[in-house]
Amino acid sequence: MNRTGPAVVAEDLRKRYGDTVALDGFDLTVPAGTVHGLLGPNGAGKTTAVRILTTLTRPDSGTARIAGYDVRRQAMEVRYRIGLVGQHAAVDEILTGRQNLVLFGRLQHLGAATAERRAEELLATFRLTEAAGRPVKEYSGGMRRRLDLAASLILAPPVLFLDEPTTGLDPRGRNEMWDAVRELADAGTTVLLTTQYLDEADQLAEHISVLDGGRVIADGTPDELKRRIGADRLDVVVHDTADLPAAAEVVRAVAGADAETEPDRRRVSVPVRDRMAALTELVRALDDAGIAAEDVALRRPTLDEVFLHLTKKEVHS
Amino acid sequence: MSTPTFVVPGTPRERLRWAVADGWMMTRRDLMHWANQPGLVVAGLLFPVMVMLMFGYLFGGAMSAPGGNYREFLVPGVLALSMVFGIEATFTAISTDVARGVTDRFRSLPMASSAVVVGRSAADLLNAVLTLAALVAAGLAIGWRWHGGLAAAFAAFGLLLLLRLAMLWMGIYLGLVLRSAESVMALQILVWPLGFLSNAFVPPGTMPGWLGTAVEWNPLSATVAATRELFGNPAWAGESWPAQYPLLTALLWPALFIAVFAPLSIRRYRRLSR
Ligand SMILES: Nc1ncnc2c1ncn2[C@@H]1O[C@H](COP(=O)(O)OP(=O)(O)O)[C@@H](O)[C@H]1O
Ligand SMILES: [Mg+2]
Repeated sequence: MNRTGPAVVAEDLRKRYGDTVALDGFDLTVPAGTVHGLLGPNGAGKTTAVRILTTLTRPDSGTARIAGYDVRRQAMEVRYRIGLVGQHAAVDEILTGRQNLVLFGRLQHLGAATAERRAEELLATFRLTEAAGRPVKEYSGGMRRRLDLAASLILAPPVLFLDEPTTGLDPRGRNEMWDAVRELADAGTTVLLTTQYLDEADQLAEHISVLDGGRVIADGTPDELKRRIGADRLDVVVHDTADLPAAAEVVRAVAGADAETEPDRRRVSVPVRDRMAALTELVRALDDAGIAAEDVALRRPTLDEVFLHLTKKEVHS
Repeated sequence: MSTPTFVVPGTPRERLRWAVADGWMMTRRDLMHWANQPGLVVAGLLFPVMVMLMFGYLFGGAMSAPGGNYREFLVPGVLALSMVFGIEATFTAISTDVARGVTDRFRSLPMASSAVVVGRSAADLLNAVLTLAALVAAGLAIGWRWHGGLAAAFAAFGLLLLLRLAMLWMGIYLGLVLRSAESVMALQILVWPLGFLSNAFVPPGTMPGWLGTAVEWNPLSATVAATRELFGNPAWAGESWPAQYPLLTALLWPALFIAVFAPLSIRRYRRLSR
C-alpha cells in the first residue's frame, strides 16, 4: 500500500435502483489523515456512496480504492482497514456492551485475551465501563451510538466512515460524537462523514463535498465554499416586525437582489457585491423610509446559504 | 494497541479455518443470547411440552387413535410440530439482524461470509435437540414409549432434525426477504395451518376424504408418519402415495425444501450487496 497516497478514492461511481439514480458519476479523493464531510440533503446518495466504499454495495460502474485496495476485488483487505458507523446503531441488543465488543473483536480474528483487553480499553474510552455488563437494549441512544463507534474502532482502522453519526442524538450526544471524531482525527485517522447538518460539516471537516442528485456539485474547504458564492451578506434587524415588508423592499432596491425575510429573527438578509457602498446606501435608504433598524451588519454567508445557493443553481441548469 | 497483522486467507485450508472459527463465534453469540435470556429459553422449551400435555390429557380420552393409545399416537406428532414451529425463531433472528443493520456490520468485517448461516444453523439445531429432549422427557412421563430399538429411534430423531433443517433454510430465506421481525405474524398465518392440518393430532382417516388426502401430502405429516413407524407407535395407513411410503416422503420433502431454499437464501444474501 502506498502510505502517502489518498485514503479514499472514488472515480465515476454509478449506481441505479430501478429508475432511481442513486449515484450519477460520483468522484471523491480524501487525503490520508484528513476529515472529509459529505454534505447533502436526504436522498442525495450519501449512504449509497458510503456503502459502496465500505464493500457493502456493488457499484454498477466506476472504481473505488481504500488505502490503495480496490473495494470490489480486494474487499477483505479493505474490510481490515475500515470502520463503519452506519445510520442505525448496528449492535446486538440482547448482548451486553462488553459482549458486543468481544464478539466483534473475535470475528476480526483477535485472540480471546486480546479481544477482551481491547474491549475494556474501548469501553473506558467511550465511558461505557459502568454500563458494560448491561444488555444494550437498556442503553440510551447516545450510549448505543458510542458503543457502535467503539465497535467500529476495534482494529484501530486507518479509515473511518460515519454515516450521519449524529442523526437522532440530543445536543449532548451530538457534542460527545463531535469530540470523539476530533480525537480520532487528531490521532491520524482518516474520517469520511456524511451529514445533512451544515454546521456539523463546518465544525468537523477540513474539506467538504456537496452532494446532490448522486453527484458532487461543489467541493472545497468550508471557507472556499463560502467564498464560492461570492457575495457577502447584509443583514438588517428591524425593531418592529411590522416593518419587515417595507425593509425587505428597501433592501431589494439597494442590493438589486431578492431579500430573504426571517420573521422570527426580525431579520432581512441579502447578498451584496460592493459591501461598503451597499452598507452606506442602505443605512441612508432605511432612514429615508423611516424604518427603525436595530442592527445592520455585513457578514460571510453561512454554509446553509451556500448549500441552498448551490442546489438551487443545480435545479435551474 | 499493537497493530494487528492482517492475514487474508489465501489457501482453501486457511479459508476453511476461518469458516470454522467464525461460524463457531456466531454460534457462541446465540449461546450468549440464551445465557442472557434464560427465561425465554425455558418458555420456548415449555411451550411444545404444554401443547403435548394439553392434547394428551384434554383429548386423550375423547380421541380414538388407531391401535388404541392416543398418547403414543400424539408424541411423534408434537415432536415434528415443534420442528416446524422452530421456523419462527430462525426467521426472527435473521430478520432482526437485517433490520437493525447488524447483518451489514458482519458484512463489513473481514470474516467468512458463511459464518452467519453456519452460526444460525448450529444454534438452531442445538435448540431443536434441546426441544426434542424436553418433549421426550415429558412424553416418557405421560406414558409414551418407543418400541423399535435404538437405531430406529435415532433414525427418527434424524428425520425430525432434517425437517428442522428444511425449516431453517426456509426461515433464513423469508427473514432475508421480509426483513422485519414484525412480519412473524404473517409467518404464523402460514405455519399454523401447516401445523394443524396434519396427522399430528388426528388420523387423516377421520377427516373428510379430500381433506384427509391433502393432510397426508402435508410435509409435516410425512415426518410424523415416518417417526411413528420408526418408534413403533400407532399409525394410520392411508391410501395415498405419501402415506404408503412415509420414510421416503419424510426424506424427500425436506430435501426438496433445502434444494429450493438454500440456493435462494444464498442468492438473496449475496443480493444484499445490490
Ligand atoms: N436499496 C435501495 N433500493 C431502492 N432505492 C434505493 C436504495 N437505496 C437507496 N435508494 C435510493 O437512492 C437514492 C439515494 O439514497 P441514499 O444513498 O440513501 O441517500 P442519502 O443517504 O443521501 O439520503 C434515494 O432516492 C433512495 O431512495
Ligand atoms: Mg442516508
